[in-house]
Amino acid sequence: MNSTTPKSRQRPGPSRPALAVVLWALCMLWVTLTPTAPPAWGQDNIFTGTNTGATTIRIAVADFKPLAADPQTAAFKQTFDATLYADLAAAGIFDIVSKSLMPPATPGAPSDIQLQGFANAPASAAFVAFGSLGQVGGKLVANGFLFDAKNLQYPQVLAKQYSEDPTDDSARQIAHRFADEIILRLGGGTPGIAETKLYYVQQSGSNKEIWTMDYDGANQHAITHVGSVSISPRVSPDNTRLAFSSLGRNGFQIRMYSLVLGRMVAFPEVGGTNVSPAWSPDGREVAYSSSRTGDPEIWISDASGNLARRVTSFRGPDVSPAYNPRTGAQIAWISGRTGLPQLYIMNTDGSGVQPMTDGGYATSPSWSPNGQVIAFAWDRKYGPGAPGGQDIYVMEVATKKWIQLTHDGGRCDFPSWSPDGRHIVYANSADGRADHTRIWTMLADGTQRRQLTGPGADMPNWSWK
Amino acid sequence: MTQTRSFQPQPICIIRRLRAALLLAASLVAVSGCHKNASGVNPSSLGPTTAPETRPPAPTASLVADPLAIDLGQSVVLNWRSTNAASVMIDGIGPVSPNGTQTVSPSTSTNFHMIAKGEGGTVEANVRVTVRIPVAPTVPTETGEAAASADMGSEAAFHQNVQDAFFDYDSYDLRPDAETAAVKAASYLVAHPDIRIVIGGYCDDRGSAEYNLALGENRANAAKTALSKAGVAPGRIRVVSFGKEKQFCTEESETCWQENRRAQFSLDR
Repeated sequence: MNSTTPKSRQRPGPSRPALAVVLWALCMLWVTLTPTAPPAWGQDNIFTGTNTGATTIRIAVADFKPLAADPQTAAFKQTFDATLYADLAAAGIFDIVSKSLMPPATPGAPSDIQLQGFANAPASAAFVAFGSLGQVGGKLVANGFLFDAKNLQYPQVLAKQYSEDPTDDSARQIAHRFADEIILRLGGGTPGIAETKLYYVQQSGSNKEIWTMDYDGANQHAITHVGSVSISPRVSPDNTRLAFSSLGRNGFQIRMYSLVLGRMVAFPEVGGTNVSPAWSPDGREVAYSSSRTGDPEIWISDASGNLARRVTSFRGPDVSPAYNPRTGAQIAWISGRTGLPQLYIMNTDGSGVQPMTDGGYATSPSWSPNGQVIAFAWDRKYGPGAPGGQDIYVMEVATKKWIQLTHDGGRCDFPSWSPDGRHIVYANSADGRADHTRIWTMLADGTQRRQLTGPGADMPNWSWK
Repeated sequence: MTQTRSFQPQPICIIRRLRAALLLAASLVAVSGCHKNASGVNPSSLGPTTAPETRPPAPTASLVADPLAIDLGQSVVLNWRSTNAASVMIDGIGPVSPNGTQTVSPSTSTNFHMIAKGEGGTVEANVRVTVRIPVAPTVPTETGEAAASADMGSEAAFHQNVQDAFFDYDSYDLRPDAETAAVKAASYLVAHPDIRIVIGGYCDDRGSAEYNLALGENRANAAKTALSKAGVAPGRIRVVSFGKEKQFCTEESETCWQENRRAQFSLDR
């Protein structure tokens, strides 16, 4: 893990809370009194996937060289440079060379670059990204290079050319694609996320619609116009369909929107409250909470809503299923079978139920792409007048060890993993009010928090690719 | 041929329709009279004998409906037979063939009135289809607008007798006061069998949206179960969970949260 020192503790084992507290207090006493005891954060060994395959790489991101002097190119270049820099800075695997430390010349092509200048102190870059951008024959053309600053003889790692319609959005998308190429090469083979999308709920008046935006918060726009309360968007693994839940005359029903056709597609209405859809990683099944038989239980149907089968069968609310995206064979979900909602996992046939939390108020699980960690929202002291808040946590499935990722920032909910497993997007309301909720991203270790939206945005869902 | 039609029982309309139907019938008689004359030339229809002096046979008519009583929204098959009739009319449907069937979905109890006219006279047949509707007009008003809700009783009386149930935090068990209220509510609902209700399940805005929708469902279902146990037919109760998506009160205080943790009873119009 990196610079922060999030605290991780073993989940209290005994079911009797009083005994657990006493044991825990004794333990802590022993820890503080024993001079050789390791510090509490010494147990911090949960592997969240951040920094996978690489230690931080020092990279210099040079401003691209304009191919022409017209003002339009200058505007595109500004968008491109800012986007590329932000993408690489947000990737979680780079140590970016401050622009003030870089050589003053702007290289536009391999023949221009004085590589030694980037390799030497104070830049001390291991890699240099540079290139040129301009309008050629009515197209916006970018030539991007990635050079290994420590290999003067054969420095070229990557050379890419992009040609798109000359728009500001093209400049941004080209930067995203070039950033993803760099991240793929230097990030241990894990594809970057600069081209991924976020789906979320946007409140407008008393209605809520499903919106989408780029992973960095750009390009926010509405997808649905249902004119009701639509929540819990979940995009299919192939990015073609969007499952969500809308309030109709008979309560909430699962709805399906085709991102390819640009319209709603059929999904059968059944009785009761039907919420919180989740896609299986093969895209063939949708798990969701349905109270068609009275008590809200987890059901699984095919992607068209047919052949529904019930998976859980226990009095109390069962909601918010999330597949293990690595195996597709397990589901994490939230159940109120013992009182306050707790995090559980089970096999997709309903067997092997395991409680993961045993206290507080746990909601909104999201299973990491490598299948090893579950992110969720947890208020460990939930109750009237109780101190503490609802924060984002990650728990290693095998050991049930957890780390708290957000602290004292108000109510957090709906974490969702990026496809590279290095980031988590979540909703946060600083004062706890629902209409003040904003969407933020952070690295999966809780660092580099970044606000993406204004108020009224909630329930983010990160696309699978 | 069968087809489905809905009936709007508005008296003025029916009178108008009747008038139109009579006119139509008259014209049809005239038309069919022409046909009679034309066919009168046909020797085969006349037969070998000359100039029948007997009076034309009187028409017969029968009209049955299956079933005779339905719930609102269901349909009925009308089946009619007639003999010696030149024209057959059914009120609200219009001129029909001498024998036929038709599927209809009346929105209220309806008298189907069939008139068969022939040269031998006019006969009528009637069948009454009873439609069981939860909202039946009892107090006819001049506008005919407010009539629809009359059997539901007044909104005030409903809310006086059927009071919202409030819940402890993260609980969907009815509290003792709510249990008592449910018994009172049930007796009111049993006494007013035409009332249909919708129970909305609500939660305070702490906790998570998805879990609260399930919790709201359980709260509304708990109220429904209590009413059912006390004798209210479950079919009269519709349940909708709003979770924390709709709030009665938006302050962050225990008073306000308590306001929001409820099962709300409303007339299901």
